[in-house]
Amino acid sequence: MGKNGTRRAEAMATLARLQARSTILEHQYYFRNSVVDVFRKKENDAAVKIQSWFRGCQVRAYIRYLHRVAIIIQKWWRSYLGRQHYQLIVKLAYYTMKMNLYNAMAVRIQKRWRGYKVRKYCFNYYYLKEYLRAVSEANDAIREALDEFADMQEREEKKATLEREEKKRDYQARKMHYLLSTKQIPGIYNSPFRKDPDPWELRLQKAKPLTRQRPRVTQEHSVSLSDWLACRSARSFPQSEVLPPIDRKQCQGPFRDITEVLEQRYRPLEPTLRVAEPINELKEAREEFRRQEWMRNVNDKMFLPFSSYHKNKKYIPSMHSSSKYGPDSYGCQHFRDENPKKWICDKDFQTVLPSFDLFSKYGKSYSKAGQIV
Amino acid sequence: MSQRQVLQVFEQYQKARTQFVQMVAELATRPQNIETLQNAGVMSLLRPLLLDVVPTIQQTAALALGRLANYNDELAEAVVKGDILPQLVYSLAEQNRFYKKAAAFVLRAVGKHSPQLAQAIIDCGALDTLVICLEDFDPGVKEAAAWALGYIARHNAELSQAVVDAGAVPLLVLCIQEPEIALRRIAASALSDISKHSPELAQTVVDAGATAHLAQMILNPDAKLKRQILSALSQIAKHSIDLAEMVVEAEIFPVVLTCLKDKDEYVKKNASTLIREIAKHTPELSQLIVNAGGVAAVIDCIGSCKGNIRLPGIMMLGYVAAHSANLAMVVIISKGVPQLSVCLSEEPEDHIKAAGAWALGQIGKHTPEHARAVAVTNTLPVLLSLYMSTESSEDLQVKSKKAIKSILQKCTYLPALEPFLYDAPPNILKHVIGQFSKVLPHDSKARRLFVTSGGLKKLQEIKAEPGSLLQEYINIINNCYPEEIVRYYSPGYSETLLQRVDSYQPLTN
Repeated sequence: MGKNGTRRAEAMATLARLQARSTILEHQYYFRNSVVDVFRKKENDAAVKIQSWFRGCQVRAYIRYLHRVAIIIQKWWRSYLGRQHYQLIVKLAYYTMKMNLYNAMAVRIQKRWRGYKVRKYCFNYYYLKEYLRAVSEANDAIREALDEFADMQEREEKKATLEREEKKRDYQARKMHYLLSTKQIPGIYNSPFRKDPDPWELRLQKAKPLTRQRPRVTQEHSVSLSDWLACRSARSFPQSEVLPPIDRKQCQGPFRDITEVLEQRYRPLEPTLRVAEPINELKEAREEFRRQEWMRNVNDKMFLPFSSYHKNKKYIPSMHSSSKYGPDSYGCQHFRDENPKKWICDKDFQTVLPSFDLFSKYGKSYSKAGQIV
Repeated sequence: MSQRQVLQVFEQYQKARTQFVQMVAELATRPQNIETLQNAGVMSLLRPLLLDVVPTIQQTAALALGRLANYNDELAEAVVKGDILPQLVYSLAEQNRFYKKAAAFVLRAVGKHSPQLAQAIIDCGALDTLVICLEDFDPGVKEAAAWALGYIARHNAELSQAVVDAGAVPLLVLCIQEPEIALRRIAASALSDISKHSPELAQTVVDAGATAHLAQMILNPDAKLKRQILSALSQIAKHSIDLAEMVVEAEIFPVVLTCLKDKDEYVKKNASTLIREIAKHTPELSQLIVNAGGVAAVIDCIGSCKGNIRLPGIMMLGYVAAHSANLAMVVIISKGVPQLSVCLSEEPEDHIKAAGAWALGQIGKHTPEHARAVAVTNTLPVLLSLYMSTESSEDLQVKSKKAIKSILQKCTYLPALEPFLYDAPPNILKHVIGQFSKVLPHDSKARRLFVTSGGLKKLQEIKAEPGSLLQEYINIINNCYPEEIVRYYSPGYSETLLQRVDSYQPLTN
């Protein structure tokens, strides 16, 4: 309890002191207020000024703060938006890039395909060019070949004409062979006043003189067939020999009647039996017979025994026969003893029958007196 | 009377007959005697002599008759009316080869004049005996019979059909394989005459295997045979694609090209005809000819001959060029255009010129490149002059106009077009200006050249009806140029300028 007692004492004391001082304080308060009143407005203005300044600063700072914050917010927002926009742009750019690439690739594919299609189905310029080149080459080749062909033909023709002329000249030389120079007489082509003989001289030397032509037997149908068909010549019609000669006149003199003579002249050949028949008839008949036989033969080889047994067996000759075994020519080839040393020729004599002319010509030929015998 | 005297009478008679017939036959060779002979009644006298006992007289009588009938159709008709043909036909089968020949000659001489006379021969039943004569051993008889058959067949399709029905074709084909040149020649000409009428007849000839044998003989050195062979092949090939292919399959290329170098003009002509007949059918056949070098050979051939020989070659180039642009290009690179323009300018005859103009039109009608190739050779003015000339035939005018039109419509080679501005008639001018109106808007150099060469000035002078196609073209060209230039070149501009000078008041101070 002591403590409380003290405290109370202290409070009492304090209260006493304060009450003692209150008057002074009143005075002092009054006094001081009166002193202060002089400065009161000024101070108030100053305070207001200070306060306004301060508050202004404060608000500005706040605003500044707000600004800062707003900027931060805006910054973030805007960056967000920007990023989003950027993403979009990038996406778009990527897309367009991709599309461009695709398009480019598609163009490439289309280009190739269209080129291929057109070249294959519509029109191929290089092929055409190549084709035209090939054609012009072929043209050149054919022109060359044809020229060569024409040249060849011309050459052949020239050669033929040359040959013809040569032949003609040869013929001329043969015809004029008599103009050839001799030792005594120089021919007209070998003038002694000239150094070299004329070329004709050499030709004449080579040529064979022309022999006098025999009057040729006119051929029956010498006129060519096409000639008279075309009726180029009035004489081209072939003459038949069937017609007997009409304008034959009786010759003057002691001649036979013309019909008889003609009959004799054109009498067909009537050979005698001996002339008509061949002399070696027998031989021919034999030959013919042999030929016939050969023809009818089935097998050319003779039939041989199929076993060869007998070939191995040795022939034992008879003790009594002294001759050698084998075929004897006697009886087949000759019948008498012969001595070839005495022969005058190797061949046998051919037997020829004598002819009987008198009988075979009887009644058909003339005698010396002109009468038929 | 002795036997001899009796015989002498006969001899004299025979002698007189022989002499008469021979004299008549000889007289009949001269045209001036024919009328006298006719008036003297030679026909009725010769007829009994055809049945004479002596073969020589028969033959000579037939020969005289043949010569008379050969002379003109009146006498040939007289032979028909005199009932001579049945006698001839009857004895044709019986007699010897000389008589056969003479009889076939009479039939030929009668049949060559007109279809009616040929029909009269057929009515006598001559075809069968003639066909039998084709089987004769003697080549002369065969030749005469083939000749008569050919003359009968050449008139029209019915007569040809009658010859074919008589079975002549296989025998004629055998005849062309004979060694005698004359027989081959006549047989080939008969085949040509038979096959020229219709595709069916040509087909019969082909079915008999004629083409292979004919084609083998193209290299024969005989020119006349070659003529007939080539003519027969062209007559076969002309009808249809199939027949042309059959001919081509006989491997005539490139052998036939050698004939284009032949000395004989008609061989050349027939060879070009053959190539033309093949080329005209399809582009493929033309292509085949082109690949064989045929175009170059034909062009050379055209250059080496004159006149009608050229005509088939020119037409062949036209046909080839007409098929496709590529083939036309081949003709151009084979130097065909200069050759054709030479033909166009140097040939005197209108129908050849017309063919040349047509061929050039066919070459130039495809693309601007083709048209340029034609225009470069300076052909267009020649065509124009042919079109404008009053001496040209109507056909030539039409053909050259068509050619000019078809070339102009493709031509973009302006230097060649320029002269046309000055001397072309309005109907062609239209196309020329149309071409200018197509080219000038796209080509600045050409625009400049058009002004400096005076084309624009000429253009302003052309009076076109408003609203017409020509006016439209002119407007298109005028729109390519600044207005001052157009006005400067329009006629009457100097007067308007002078008027402005008159009306101008100078400023005086």
